[in-house]
Amino acid sequence: MKILRYLLQKEFIQILRNKSMWPIIFLMPIIQMVILVNAATLELKKSDVYVVDQDMSDASRQLVDKLKGNPFFQITSITDNDHLADQQLLNGKAGVVLDIPENFEKHLKRNNQASLQLRVDAINGLAAELTWSYMNSVIVDYNNQIRASWMGVSKFDPPQKIEVSQRYWYNPSLIYSFFMAPGVLVILVTLVGMFLAAVNLVREKEIGTMEQLNVTPIKKYQFIAAKMIPFLAIALLDLSFGLLIAKMVFNMPFEGSLLVLYGFTTVFLLGVLGLGLLISVVSETQQQVFFVSYFFLLVFILMSGLFTPVESMPTWAQWLDHLNPMYYMMKVIRNVVLKGSGFFDLKYEFLSMLGYGVAMFSLAVMRYRKTA
Amino acid sequence: MISAENIEKSYGEVKALRGVSLEVKEGELFGLIGPDGAGKTSLIRILVTLLKPDKGSATVNQLDVVDDFRKLRKQIGYMPGRFSLYPDLSVEENMTFFATVFGTTIEENYHLVKDIYQQIEPFKERLAGRLSGGMKQKLALSCALIHAPKVLVLDEPTTGVDAVSRKEFWEMLKRLQKMGITILVSTPYMDEANLCDRVALIQDGNILTINTPERVTQNHESILWAVRSDNMYLCIRDLRKHPGVKTVFGFGEFLHITLRDNTISPTALEKYLKERCHTNIAINPIEPGIEDVFMDLMQKHDN
Repeated sequence: MKILRYLLQKEFIQILRNKSMWPIIFLMPIIQMVILVNAATLELKKSDVYVVDQDMSDASRQLVDKLKGNPFFQITSITDNDHLADQQLLNGKAGVVLDIPENFEKHLKRNNQASLQLRVDAINGLAAELTWSYMNSVIVDYNNQIRASWMGVSKFDPPQKIEVSQRYWYNPSLIYSFFMAPGVLVILVTLVGMFLAAVNLVREKEIGTMEQLNVTPIKKYQFIAAKMIPFLAIALLDLSFGLLIAKMVFNMPFEGSLLVLYGFTTVFLLGVLGLGLLISVVSETQQQVFFVSYFFLLVFILMSGLFTPVESMPTWAQWLDHLNPMYYMMKVIRNVVLKGSGFFDLKYEFLSMLGYGVAMFSLAVMRYRKTA
Repeated sequence: MISAENIEKSYGEVKALRGVSLEVKEGELFGLIGPDGAGKTSLIRILVTLLKPDKGSATVNQLDVVDDFRKLRKQIGYMPGRFSLYPDLSVEENMTFFATVFGTTIEENYHLVKDIYQQIEPFKERLAGRLSGGMKQKLALSCALIHAPKVLVLDEPTTGVDAVSRKEFWEMLKRLQKMGITILVSTPYMDEANLCDRVALIQDGNILTINTPERVTQNHESILWAVRSDNMYLCIRDLRKHPGVKTVFGFGEFLHITLRDNTISPTALEKYLKERCHTNIAINPIEPGIEDVFMDLMQKHDN
């Protein structure tokens, strides 16, 4: 215990003395939180609409006005010329083209039905679907409106029979940053903890101090623990810093208990730091460590559910995701922060991450050889 | 104190040690002498428990280097060839760190390192990475001694060190020896052999001979002459053509030659060289040094 304490003291002296560490520790949370959370958004804002109105009637103008009043759409131009529409879609100047054919109003009045055409740029499938459904809701709304105003409200045929009223729970105003900020926090603590610990250990090999350490009676677990604890502390410090930014910049709610969040994060970090140290123990240079950790990190992040829901992945990928510590943590942090989940709501995640942590720490200790 | 028996070690295809045996007595200053790549570092790393031998066994202070490595690590002081202390810790922090991990304090064993540490103590606040080469070496030696080891193992401590510091360093080793510490030191410098009690000459993973430096040179059977002339290059060529000459090696401004039989006289050889238009010829019989012996043993071994 005394040796571990002394090893820790040595690590902290070295970390505090290393001036280049401070920007990483304090700038990274700011940059990641402020830039990533704001920039990485799936919200659809201001889709450009190119309207080809060949009818130029009251009915068509009403429809266009309806679009103008919708916050999701921005009308770039209204013409009666269909030739330019394709060009506009092709060079990305319009996200969607609305074609109102000639005699739109006439058909509507005479035959009680008329057709419209929507052309949506579907390079980004998700955005296209959203555009489509928003557009659709505007048209349905318009449809109901003209029915009501032209035919009068009939006793036997009310315009809307069932009204669905929507309530979004846990993030009632669907603020995207509330969803992203906790996710970015997970990336932040993983990046800081895993890289710093892994690089620190392999540096002892590079500068040759490992050779001197290996002839001392320091036990293997003491050495690995001394490499883990300081960076776990730094990662938790960054978590606090990041939470503070989320609160101040995004006004992110915090429903759960801090104790639960820090407890889970510590267990989570045990796993990712253990993995980082394991990579470091089997590597010889910082370059190798960087490359291998980067590989793992990239897969972990993309499969964590940060952007795309894990539930929409293929079954085999979901199954594989049980090996991804970030998958658990992503779920935990969002549930704790937004839903206020407690320890017992997340006990499966807790046990999984604990198992992961114990396994990684033990592997790192076992693979560390003092004798070649 | 140190005993190695038939140690073999290979790195893949490369054989670093081909059956090395040696014995170092208690209180001895023992030199392991050989050129780069001879296997010195491999042997030393096996003796300090950092490397496992493929075959053979070794004990240090009656403790097996493989089975009792844990106990052994407390009794060995090891100074690797490469500076391996923390450059971002100060002199004092490095010392305290290594004292503490061995469960001791600087004060407890201060008497051991006093002579050496006193020289760097004025700089104890300085980061180890900012010390000069000579001071780094003194710090490394202090750190290797701070847990009062019974055996001190040094891997090429004087490689790349200037002549004055080298001399100083050997004086420090002599003083440590007087305190009863057994010392095993490796070096590629043949001239340092004379400073050891006994030496082992090692080449290509084989030990060529083990003896006191005096005996090593005395046992040299061949007669040795130092030869020089104005044109050294032609001189080497012509001497190698002479049937009575066994080996010719350049040693500074002279050529050292050994003879196949003792029937040739210096005057006869001088006449032979004069006939080949050499001028300013000098031929002197000399006493062999360690280097001559090494060359000779190497030749014999290769044959």
